Formats: sequence, structure tokens, C-alpha cells
Amino acid sequence: MNELLLIVTIAGQRVALPAAAVEAVVELDTLIPVPRAAPHVAGLSALRSRVLTVIDCMRSLELGATDCSDGIREAAVVELDGHHYALLVDVVEDVVEAMTDPSPVRAAMGDGWERVSKGMVETETGPLLLIDVAALISGAEARAA
Amino acid sequence: MDDLIADFVAESREMLEALGGEIVAWESNPGDRARLDSIFRFVHTVKGNCGFFEFPRLEALSHAAEDALADVRAGRRQADGPLVSAVLAIIDRIAEMIAAIDNGEEMPPGDDSALIEALEPGAEGAAAPVAAALAEQGRSAAPRTIRLSVELLDRVMSTVSDMVLARNELARRLRESPTDVPVDGAFERLSSIIAEMRDAITRTRMQRIENLFVALPRMVRDLSAELGKQVLVDIEGGDVELDREMIEMIRDPLTHIIRNAVDHGIELPAERLKAGKREIGMLCVSARQSGNQILIDIQDDGRGIDGNALVAKALDAGVLEKDDAAKLSPREQLALIFEAGLSTAKEVTAISGRGVGMDVVRSNVERIGGIVEVDSVPGEGTRMTLRVPLTLTIIPALTVSIGSQHFAIPRSAIVEIVRANGESVTLDSLGGAGVATIRGKRVPEVALADVLGLDSGVPDEERNLVVLRPAGGDVYALAVDRIHDHEELVVKPAAPAVMATGLYAGTTLADDGSPILLFDPAGLAEVGGVKLEAQESAARVAQGPSAAAEKSVAVLLFRGLDGARRALRLAIVDRIEEVPVSAIKPGAGQLRVQLGEAILPLAGVNGELGEDKVRVFRLNDGAHEIGYAFSDVIDLSTIDHDVILADNPAEVSGVTLIAGEPAELVDAHWLFANHLGVAARSSADQPLCRLPSGDPWMQHMLRPIVEAVGYRVVGDDYEGEADLVIAAQGDRSAASAARKIVLRSDPEAAGKKDDSIYRYDRAGLLMALKSAGGNR
Repeated sequence: MNELLLIVTIAGQRVALPAAAVEAVVELDTLIPVPRAAPHVAGLSALRSRVLTVIDCMRSLELGATDCSDGIREAAVVELDGHHYALLVDVVEDVVEAMTDPSPVRAAMGDGWERVSKGMVETETGPLLLIDVAALISGAEARAA
Repeated sequence: MDDLIADFVAESREMLEALGGEIVAWESNPGDRARLDSIFRFVHTVKGNCGFFEFPRLEALSHAAEDALADVRAGRRQADGPLVSAVLAIIDRIAEMIAAIDNGEEMPPGDDSALIEALEPGAEGAAAPVAAALAEQGRSAAPRTIRLSVELLDRVMSTVSDMVLARNELARRLRESPTDVPVDGAFERLSSIIAEMRDAITRTRMQRIENLFVALPRMVRDLSAELGKQVLVDIEGGDVELDREMIEMIRDPLTHIIRNAVDHGIELPAERLKAGKREIGMLCVSARQSGNQILIDIQDDGRGIDGNALVAKALDAGVLEKDDAAKLSPREQLALIFEAGLSTAKEVTAISGRGVGMDVVRSNVERIGGIVEVDSVPGEGTRMTLRVPLTLTIIPALTVSIGSQHFAIPRSAIVEIVRANGESVTLDSLGGAGVATIRGKRVPEVALADVLGLDSGVPDEERNLVVLRPAGGDVYALAVDRIHDHEELVVKPAAPAVMATGLYAGTTLADDGSPILLFDPAGLAEVGGVKLEAQESAARVAQGPSAAAEKSVAVLLFRGLDGARRALRLAIVDRIEEVPVSAIKPGAGQLRVQLGEAILPLAGVNGELGEDKVRVFRLNDGAHEIGYAFSDVIDLSTIDHDVILADNPAEVSGVTLIAGEPAELVDAHWLFANHLGVAARSSADQPLCRLPSGDPWMQHMLRPIVEAVGYRVVGDDYEGEADLVIAAQGDRSAASAARKIVLRSDPEAAGKKDDSIYRYDRAGLLMALKSAGGNR
């Protein structure tokens, strides 16, 4: 019930990530591309002595690509199955408390959003879409496979 | 109390593990007192501990076993098959109970009395077939040890890894800024301590592979008993050390292969006798270290694998197309057993052939960077080889780059590194695919930039070729832009999305903390389209041209000074030199070139020399050298078309098609024969020719001709005997010699008996000179 949520903006949409899953919020400056990897894998970056796999959330949602040309990007670091990922987001806003359990969204969302949705949660700042981090990381191909 | 129980469980477990091999060894040699003692000690310890902890059933079992063994020790009883089986059964039950205690579960149900009764002398029990283990003799006294949790070790390991990275970073900073000598000294010291520590910590994760092997004799014994077969296990190399994680990873594949060998490989005793083999099948399991790989061989002398049956099976199962089937080499046929859904076993038995096939074995082994190979001779046996890396964590690697991005290649896979524009390397394109010829050997070439879809900006010929041999596969060349450094990298697995590309084996951090991707050489080859699976056929393709190359010679294609396309046999070209035009001068009858200290006859000057510099092949026939001037090198190639021979021997012996265009083939023999002249013989070998010193015509006109044929010219004052004397007709003072040529100044011979030669009869003179030299 009182799950903490990290509010981030992806493709201009405010969405919520389960705060428990997020280890850190970092600013990435170096990005080493991974040739031939799925398009939503933006590359690799390092956080201290760990390698982060950087996920371009916009590509994962099939909403175009995040513009990385200006260098520094904000990202939320999450761990999944022992691997560390940095999710590229537009802005990291705040941590809020969830007021309800997630409930299905009955409105029609885009395909990408539908895939990563865990439902809608009510917060003090209004309803937010709760993101399934694993689905975000696996990207569009996983669904097709 | 709980702590004590935990200790009891841990102690018992350790003893149980060690015991598996001992019992079977004891069974094969009941007189072996040392083994008997160690088994006795185990049941005795268990009995003592159980009394203390109140495990009545455990106590009863161990007590009974102890009694029976005590009888054997006291010589009141002989150890026989039934007794060994009964003791084994009791030890198994004890192991089950200990596992239950460990998990805090109820004791496994069941009545132990039957087991205890089986210990009685003459008790009913199937006489178990004897399986013997030639296990290592005399277990040495256990070294002093403490128990550590693996998590702690892993934590230390990763801290050390981070420390190595920090050291690398510091090293880089120190290199960038000038530092004091004391600081460098201190850093060196720190650096070596860290290296030492990393070695030590790596070793803490190492375990003797014996831990894996120790259970095998028992397993084989049980299996063969069940199947009514007789199998002798021979284990070697138990002291090879392997990363603890690795041992766990290969446990299942190894077990599976051994089960297969006993179940499908080794025949029933009757069949073996019929086939003229010993009744008892041999199963050899051996481990050895080779570089940073561990090789585990599992060899049986059973019926082998029938490649044709596999092919038939594969056709049935639809794994293989009929057209492809015919093309398979024997090795490829055998490799089919790694395909999913194939088993040659006629029926599914309880032991193996349950659908968990060799495909699972292979995928398990490949997951840890290893490979499985199979080799089999029908009727004689099968050998399976597991090759696994020593450790997963730190590997030596070479860093290379494409454009601005760095990558790492595991050094273990690297055979050599050559420059694409090196003399012994040519690059060809066959239907768009690259083939590199390195010192006459054809290897598939993959441009890393193309595989990765990166812009390189470096032209093909300026790249470096890294020749790779993926574990067990065939070589191929990887073209990279630049080679950087050799580093020891701490490799971590990459995220699934990265691994899904099939190209990478993991990620690592460079000295400066930026991530580097580590390639999987086999994966690269696969994505690059190089066929490694079909090892043998690849080798055949590779053999084709090289076998042909033995017949058709490797040649160097070049453009002569006159602009003609010519080819010279590569073998005689020593090297290519560039000399100033001024180094080429006519001398002693022909053009000569000065190359360093040597002055060599120069051939090939059939056009303008140019103004500045001339390139010269330095040709070598093994004893002598001559130069051959040319304009530029076109390519290295081989003669694969027929040579149309020239009518007359000359510099060009014939014409052939090379790389689709005609080229003149330079006759090296002719070159040497005609340009070497005098130099062909060292002065000691040269025949001597005495010419009258005072005759100006002889000295100035004749002498060069005589010398050109190969004589050393001496004067009248020469003390020794000359091989040939040339004298003018009528000169009676001429000394005697083995041969004598008399020259006359009159074109017409004086009479029939006059065997003199007219002095301007050049042909006659040369013939006489040559025949005189030849008779020598």
C-alpha cells in the first residue's frame, strides 16, 4: 500500500518507478555503444567499478530515441537478475508515496506503454502509470519473441 | 547445541565425500588395510557422535557397520561383494539421514533392520559385479584448513577485482603526471602486492578436480551393477585445480557423459568377448591443464558411435536435410549427437536416453565458455573431451579498436597478429567474403567494422589482422583498425540484452574506468559468417588451395621496368630493396647493383631506370644472389592456370593467367644461369686458366670471355698447375696443362691436324672453354 514511487518523465509523460527497485539516480556522461545489440540498449556506462547497461526508455517504448547528443543524461539505476541497468529518462522528479494498489488502466494507451504498464496508482500528485522495470529493460523484441 | 549439530553434519559430509572412492577401492582390494581403516573410522565417528546427539537410528546403523568392519579388521571375516554392498547401503542411508538433519527435516522413513541384516555373513544379496577404481594411492595427511563461506570468498574476490581497477587507474594517473622516484617505487611495491594478493585470492577459489572425480567410481560401480556390465574406472589428474564455480558447472555434464559411456558405450560382457575384447570395459577419466584451459577426457573402449546411424536418425527427426547429409564428414556426423532430440539408444533406459541429451550437455558447457568434442571409432570406443576455461573472472586480453571504440579479445584465442599489408599477407575477396592468405595458408577473414556495423575510416590494407582460433574451432582472421595493449581484465557477465547479440563474452572496465566489451571469438565468427561448426569441411576448404599450392607455386606478381606484368616464384625472392639509381652501374660485363656491401648482378633492366630510386628484388638460389629491377609489386598469387611455355629459353619462360590476366613468368633458372656467370663459383672452385701475361690481346680481349665462362685467370708466373692453358699458335713456350686451347689468328685452319681455334670464332671458343671446364 505505502509503496514509495520515484516519479520520472519519459517521453514527456510522468510515470512512476517502484522506488525500492531504484538503487541510485545518476548523471551519465560516457556512453559506450554496444554494436549489434537491440536498439533500446543505448550502450554501456560505468558507475564506480560496475558496468551499467544503459537502456533508452524511449526506444524501449517505441517512442523514438532519446537525444544523447548533449552529453550528460539523467538515469535511474536498477538491478535486475544481478545486472545493473541505467534507465535513461528525461527528468527525475521526486519520490512520493503510493496511495492505492495499482489498478488496471482502462483507457487506451500506446502499445509501448501497454507493455510496460503495471497499472495506475493514485498519488498526492494525481494518478500515475506504474512501470514494470523488467518489461522496460527487455524492450520491444522480447514481446515479439 | 545447534552449532555442534552443524559441525557434526559438516564433518560427516566431508568424510562421506571422501569415502565414496575409498569404498570402491577397498572392494577391489579387500586386503587394503588403509581403506578399511578409513571406512571404519567414519562409521566409528558417526556412531560416537550419534550417541551424543541422540540419533538412535543413525547410531544403530553405524554400530552394525562398525561391528562387521571390526570383524574384517580382526581377520575373522573376509570382505566380499555382499558385505561391501551392505556397507555401501548403510553409508547411503547415513548420508540421507545427515542430509535430513541438515535441512531440519524428519528422518527419512524406512526400516533399517533389513540393511543391518544384510551385513550378516552369508546374508542374501545380489553378488554385485566388481567395479574397481584405480584411485590415487595413499591419501596424504589433510592440510590445515578452516571452513569459509563461499559468499565471503566471493566478496573478497570482487573487492580485489575493484582494487586491481583502482590500481590501474592510479597507474594511468601516475603516467600522466611526472612523479618522484620514491612515489613510483612505492607504487611499484603496492602494485606487486596487489598482484600477489590477486593470485592468492584466485587460488582460494580453486579446488582440486578430485572433488568432482571422487564420486565417479561409486557412480560407475552402481551403474554397471544395474546394467549387468563390468567397468573398470581409471582416473587421472585429480590434482588439477579448477575454479570452484567451474567444478559445479561441469558436474552435470560430466556425469551425463559418463552415464552415456557406461550405458551406451560399453557393451555387455558377452558382447565384448564376442568382439574380441576383454570382458571388463575400461573407462578412463583424465584431467589436465593446457594453458588456461582444463581438458577433461572421458574415454571408453565400448562400441563407439555409428556416424551413419546418427545421420539416419537426424534425417528421421528432420534435423538434417538429405542433401546436407551426404556432405557430412565423419567428424560432422559424430557432432550430430549434440543436436537436440537425437539418441542412438534403441530404447530409453533408466540410466540415460531420457531425452536429456548431449545437446543439454553441450549448451551447459558452452555457457561457461567451454566446448565438448567427440571422437569415436566404431567398435573401438569413444572419446569425449570437455574443454573448459580455468576461471571465469580474470583473463588476459588484447585491446583493439575500431574507429574510436575499444574492444577486448581474449588472448587465449589469439594465434598471431599480422599486418594486412605485410609481405606474407594478401587479402582476397571471394563473392564478397574476405579470405586472407597468410604465409600461404588461407583463412577466412572478417572485418570487425563490418560485423559491428561501425565506420572504421581505416582502409582494408592498413588494418591489422588478428588470427583467432576459438576454442576447438578453426582459425580465422579478424581485421581491426588498431591493436592497443595487452591487459589483464576482470570480466563480468554482461546483461542479457548485450549477450543476446552473441558477440560478447562479457564486459570489463578499462584503466580509465570506461567499459569495454569483451568479444566471444566463436560468436564473432558466427555472426561474421565464418563456419566453425563444420570444422572439418572448413579444414578441407583450407586444404584445397594449399594442396594445389604445392603443385602450383606461389608467385609474386609485379610490374617490370618495361611495364609488363610478370611473376616470379616467391620462394626465390629474398627481399625487396630500394636503391638509388646511382647504385646501378655496368661492371665486369653486365649491369650490377650495389646492395649494402654486396655487388650483385642485376637483371630485369629492360626499361627506363627512372631518375631517383629503383626497386630491386633480391633473388636467392640458396647459394648466390642476384638483383632484379622492377617497377612495383602488384600482388602475391599462385599459378593456378596452365603455363604456356616460351619456345626458346629466355628470361621469360612462359605466359599464364594470374588473377585473371596474363602475366609473364620469369624463368629464375635462366636468370641465375645467365647473370651469375663468374660469381657462381667461389674462387676456390674455379678452374684456373693460364693466359700469357705478355699478350695484350689475350689479356684485354680474351680474358673477359674466359672469366665470364667461370675461369680464374692466372699469368705465366703462376706456380701451380692450371686447368687450362690458352696459347697462341706457334707459341712454344706455353706450359703444359690438362687441357690446352690453341688460338690461331688465321680464319682458315692450316691443315686437318690443326685443332686450333680461330681467335674470333666466339662460338667455337666458348664451346672449347666450356668443355674444358666441364671435364675438370
